[in-house]
Order: sequence, then C-alpha cells, then structure tokens
Amino acid sequence: MPLIRLQDIWRSYQMAAETVHALRGVSLSIERGEYVAIMGPSGSGKSTMMNLLGCLDTPTSGTYELNGTDVSGMDDNELAEIRNREIGFVFQTFNLLARATALRNVELPMVYAGVSPDERREKAMAALTSVGLADRVDHRPNELSGGQKQRVAVARALVNTPSILLADEPTGNLDSKTGVEILALFDQLASKGNTIIVVTHEEKVALHARRIVRILDGNIASDQPVVRP
Amino acid sequence: MNFLSELREGLFIAWDSLRANKLRSALTTLGIVIGIVTVTLMGTALAGLNAAFIKSISAIGTDVFFVAPWQWFSDEPWWKMRNRRPILLADARALVRQTTFARATSIDVNRRMTVRYRDLSATGVNVNGTTEGGAEVGGLVLKEGRFLSAAEVDGGRPVCVIGSELAANFFPFESPLGRKVRIEGSNLEVIGVLEKRGKFLGMESLDNQVLIPVTKLVSDLIAARPPVLVRIKLRDLKEMDEAREEIRGIMRKLRCLAPGDPDDFAINEQGAFLQTFERMNTVLASAGLFITGLSLFVGGIGIMNIMFVTVAERTREIGIRKAIGAKRRAILTQFLIEAALICLLGGLIGLAIAYPITLVMDRFMPAVLSASLVGIALLVSVTTGVIAGFLPAWRASKLNPVDALRAE
Ligand SMILES: Nc1ncnc2c1ncn2[C@@H]1O[C@H](COP(=O)(O)OP(=O)(O)O)[C@@H](O)[C@H]1O
Ligand SMILES: [Mg+2]
Repeated sequence: MPLIRLQDIWRSYQMAAETVHALRGVSLSIERGEYVAIMGPSGSGKSTMMNLLGCLDTPTSGTYELNGTDVSGMDDNELAEIRNREIGFVFQTFNLLARATALRNVELPMVYAGVSPDERREKAMAALTSVGLADRVDHRPNELSGGQKQRVAVARALVNTPSILLADEPTGNLDSKTGVEILALFDQLASKGNTIIVVTHEEKVALHARRIVRILDGNIASDQPVVRP
Repeated sequence: MNFLSELREGLFIAWDSLRANKLRSALTTLGIVIGIVTVTLMGTALAGLNAAFIKSISAIGTDVFFVAPWQWFSDEPWWKMRNRRPILLADARALVRQTTFARATSIDVNRRMTVRYRDLSATGVNVNGTTEGGAEVGGLVLKEGRFLSAAEVDGGRPVCVIGSELAANFFPFESPLGRKVRIEGSNLEVIGVLEKRGKFLGMESLDNQVLIPVTKLVSDLIAARPPVLVRIKLRDLKEMDEAREEIRGIMRKLRCLAPGDPDDFAINEQGAFLQTFERMNTVLASAGLFITGLSLFVGGIGIMNIMFVTVAERTREIGIRKAIGAKRRAILTQFLIEAALICLLGGLIGLAIAYPITLVMDRFMPAVLSASLVGIALLVSVTTGVIAGFLPAWRASKLNPVDALRAE
C-alpha cells in the first residue's frame, strides 16, 4: 500500500466570471521512504498540490488516500488531527511564531497532540539537538539566522514523527550556502527513511531528490527517477 | 487531556499577548473597570444600608402604631395638614387607657437639650420623655439597672435611663447607676443604662439619649404644653385592622369629630417606612444595575473590537497553528481566554479602585466589600469577556489555514 495515493484529483476555484482549474485530474502514488521533488513553472499548480498533500485543503473531486485512509472528504477538525499526526511542514518563509523561543516553537505540535509538558520539553530538546541547535533553544526567531530558523522549522516538522515531511521552497529565502546546508539535512533525513516531498522551481534543489514530478497547467507532465552518475 | 493542554497553551498565549500590548489592554479594560467599580460600590452600599436598616428597624418591629397629627409619606400636601391640632398629654393618656389591643404603649415627647454631669456637659442630646412601656415599644435593651416604672412615670419622679454613649462619656470609670445628671436645673438619678445600638444612616446616634418620665419632662422641663406622640405595640399582628379601627374610633371621639368630618390625625406604621426604604433601595439598585450594565456593554463592545483587531493581526499565527494541528476548538479557546483575561484584569483593576472607596464609605455607613461581591464582580467580568470575545474567536477558529498562512 502506497503512503500517498492521489486518484484523478481536481481542484477548481470558482471565480466571478469563470472557473479556474488549478489541478486537472492528477493521479500520483508515493511510497513510504521516498524523497520526491515537485517541480513546475509559476502558476502550474504546485502550491495547490502541496496544500492538498498537506491536508490544508480538500480536492474538488477525486480521492486522496493517506496511509490507507481516505482524507478527501474529511472535515476541518479531522484534517487538523491528520496534519498534527502525519504531516510536518517546512515553509519558504519559516512561519515560526515570532514571540516564542525556538523550544516553544518546536513544542507547539505536541501541545495540540496533548503531550505532557515534561515530555514535550524533552522531545523538543532532542529535535533541536538533532538539527544542531542545542545551544539556541532559548532564542527567539529574530535572534536566529535564516538557516537557523529553517532548522527550527525542520525540528518542529519532525518532532511529532510524522509520515511525511512537506517542504515548500525550503531554500527560497536562504542564501546558497545555507540552502545547501538545509538540503544536506534533508538528504540525511531521507537516508534515515523519512518520506520527504519538496516543492521547488530550482533544478539544483530538485536534484537532491530521488524522483522528480513535473507539473504543467494542473497536470503531471513527467514523473522520473533522478539518475545519479 | 488534549483540552487541558490547549487550555494551558491558551492561557500562556493570552498572558504573553497581554504583556506585549500592555497599554492597549489597559485602555480596553476601561469600560469593564467602570462597570466593576459601579457594581461593587453599589452592592456594598446596598448591603450596608440594608444591614443598618434591618438592625435599627427590627428591634422596633413592624407591629407598632405611631399615632400623631401627621401622616408619614403622605401624598397630601403639607400645608393641608399643617393646621392640625396637636395631640396633648391628656388625650394621649385617654387613648392609651381605652385601647384594648395593645401589648405595650408609650407616650413620647422628644427634645434636644443639654445634659450635664458635674463639670461635664453634652449638648444636643435627645431627651425622650416617655412612659414605662417605652422600652418594650422601642425594643430597648438595658445593659445595667432597670427601665422607668409606672409609679415613677405617674409621679413624675426625677429619674432617667441613659444611652451607652452618654454613659461612656460621663462615667468612663464608674457605674452611672445612682449618679445624678442635670437637665435644665433638675437633678435626675440614673437608674438604667441602655445597650449600644449604633448609628443609622448618619442620623444622630441612638446611644446619645436620655429617657425620663414624660410627666417630668412636661411638668418641669418644658414650659408650654407640648404635643405628644403615642406609640402602640400590638398584641398580635393579625389584629392590626381591628386595632387601627378601634384607635381611630377612640381618637375621633377624643377630638370631638362629627361623623362626616375627615380624620385630623394619623395612625402611622413602621410598614410605611419599610415600603419607602424598599422603594429607595429598588431605585438605587436599578440605577446601579443600569450604570453597570451600560458600562459593561460599552466595555464589552470595546473588547470585541480589540479582539477583532487582535485576530486580524494574528491571522498568520492562526494559520501556523492550524497547519501544525490546532483544531477549531483550540483556536476558539485561545481567543476566548484572551478576551476573558483582559476582562478579568479590568475586574481586578476595578476592585482595586473600589476597595479603598468602600473603606472611606465605611466611615459614614456600614460598608464592607464582601467576598461574595468580589466573586460576583470577577465572574461578571470574565463572562463579559467570554461573550464579547466569542464572535472574534469564532471567526478566528473558522479561518481557512491556506488563506491564513498567506496573510501578511
Ligand atoms: N485561492 C485561489 N483562488 C483562485 N485561484 C487560485 C487560488 N489559488 C490558486 N489559484 C490559481 O490556481 C492556479 C495554480 O496556482 P498555484 O497552485 O498557486 O501555482 P504555483 O504554486 O505552481 O505557482 C493559478 O492559476 C492560480 O491563479
Ligand atoms: Mg506557489
């Protein structure tokens, strides 16, 4: 059973004059442990795809099975629970809580999972240590560099041990050197068996993955493994 | 378990946000502060008034008729009653003798006079000429000695019973019994001292009085024949109507009224006083409730407004929390707690302002800020917060995570 199975997914936006179809019948399967890059030009439907995969949004039609469960018809609260358990997000703009320390940011998913404060703290510390930020736990986002912020975000994404790590242009706001560091972190996570899906328009970033799915106008244009020399 | 953790998180966020927006939060609470100050002061005042009133009235009871020329709390204009004949001692005596429903009676004359003991003097003391029934009718309790006897009243003997304040002032180190105080040249032997009664509504103290036989007062101390007041305490409250009719009949005969003439006297009751007091109480309470309600309403609108602003400012944060797994309930709780906390803060500020004021009030009337009133005030503020915060919090909880994450 694949971890993710999309079948004939449509996502349409009802505008005043017309209906915009952001996704037009996408079907896709991703196995546990895969490292996939989703590529495509601007406006092709990457973000829409990412929102659906991350259970932030539901398809207009089609079915999405995550871990064998059909999530396409779930309501807000059920989706929130799925996101909490199954999905870790890494955003281009980090999306950390500005007033909270790194530790509290990483604790946040466990707050909504109902984990006890002691356990929360312990796990958050471990997650921050694993991304190399053990000495920055009490810093707030504005006291951290871009690369450090993104590491906090990765720690937060992983702390609930989700099924999927979903990253949307994770290096988009980083200089190339720190971008490479984050990608190295992803490589390391992938080699440990984490399922990673990265949305990007950069070929360099996509080449870290082992499979590249190219989208064009809401359809999958190609789906190929990365051949390493 | 989850909910507890969400609740704790909500409190944490709310506290954090309050600290981050101190001035704004403080300004927002103004309406709540005014509301809470009003409700606590009004509640304290009313409780104090009631306590004082009940203390002073209950001793006298509702079963006492006051026969006098004038009606209390009458709707009739004063100038119509002005020319009524006074009731004189002889008529009063006849009335007291003839009435059959009385448990006790008294005939009273009150005068403000100067009372002396050796070189001490007290001016403006209420000298109450009364009869042997005065103690029972007025609900007086003696601390020492005894009350006036029938023989002393009939004979106009030079004896007196004094209030506790006067006793304390004149006889700080000795028993007043057997000592002689002087009023207008008459020496009066102290035969009894009253228990402390306390003040009522800033009126003169009931403890600062002297009771003497009315006959003594009328014959020696006052030149003219003074009008008197007759007090009749009933044997049984059930006989109230019959008793009133009997007294009315006796009085009409004594004052030689022809059958068609209207009464030129009145039979007053404590009940009338009670009713008026209750009416005043209701007016005060409704005015207080109105002001409280209005300021809480205005305060609530302010809270609602600021919560809408807060939700708008923190749309991105809401998106992040939702993406990470916060359910609607968690977001709703978070903002409700924040609104409630702001209001609770307002409530506490209100209490902090009201408390010293009640201390000042306590010097004029019994006013103690009760624990239950504090509880009510805090409960009211939190409730206002929850109600006012509901709409903004509801809106926040319904935000679509995709849109919220895109917000600036
Ligand atoms: N909320 C929305 N309302 C209307 N149209 C939208 C909305 N989101 C995306 N679209 C449209 O769907 C298409 C795909 O958008 P998107 O998934 O953001 O592409 P990408 O991320 O690849 O640039 C675009 O034409 C875009 O205008
Ligand atoms: Mg996009």
